[in-house]
Amino acid sequence: MPALEDVQVGTELPAREFTLQRANLVQYAGASGDFNIIHWNERVAKAVGLPNVIAHGMLTMATAGRVVTDWVGDPGRVLSYGVRFSRPVVVEDDDQGATLTVSGLVEAKNDDGTVVVGLTATVGGDKVLMGAKAVVRLS
Amino acid sequence: MPLNRDFIGRSARSKEPFEVTRNDIRRFALAIGDPNPAYLDREAAKALGHPDVVAPPTFLITASTGDVAGSFLADPALGLNYALVVHGEERFEFHRPVYAGDLLDSQTRIADIRDAGRNELMTLVTEVTSNGEPVATVSNTIVSRGTAAAAQEA
Repeated sequence: MPALEDVQVGTELPAREFTLQRANLVQYAGASGDFNIIHWNERVAKAVGLPNVIAHGMLTMATAGRVVTDWVGDPGRVLSYGVRFSRPVVVEDDDQGATLTVSGLVEAKNDDGTVVVGLTATVGGDKVLMGAKAVVRLS
Repeated sequence: MPLNRDFIGRSARSKEPFEVTRNDIRRFALAIGDPNPAYLDREAAKALGHPDVVAPPTFLITASTGDVAGSFLADPALGLNYALVVHGEERFEFHRPVYAGDLLDSQTRIADIRDAGRNELMTLVTEVTSNGEPVATVSNTIVSRGTAAAAQEA
């Protein structure tokens, strides 16, 4: 875990790239119980106006959150985590899937030993999350 | 067709507690591709000061979208078509971490249904407790695409 005194507003968390493929969506559907058809059926996804099957927003959120939990080490130190889903993550039926790029920045350091981390998550340069923030306790 | 605004304020409580098992946490952690030892290894979690393995921050989605939400979201009178639904916002506020062994109860209410252009936004707020102890507050906003009254007239 980073020491509180070493963390300042502007401290950058190591950026990461994550790959989301159809198999990941199927596995997430099973583990989460979210079987919404737009996450696995291309025919229906397109019929309702989506470009293709899209990832569960919650899978994108969980994946992006790893930048915070890997940084802090102990996921039990996450006091809050919230996001807005600004753009669907389209997952083509191919070997590439979607590449999610996530970076984090310390936006605030509070007197109570907590810090606010802002996350930026993009696919192909487009932001897929907005206002993504986690509050973590460092001491 | 627009969502039935009479549902604003309606709430439901989980019928059965959601028992969080180590296996549930393991399966969820693997599904999000996260091998953090605090999720998978009880000794590693204890070394961090936890009583048992910790659930990933977004794990509560499995407890808060179960039978509670189903009880009114599936009501035909609400008029929700799941194929038109995408996720708008999600927020977890933890009073403490979720652990294996927790018996989670959820109280979910429809806090708001509102228009956003051609779409409608519905916000659900869930209070999660374990044996009466506050665990987390979960706020979930879903987007019902193209169902706003404005979209029908266009």
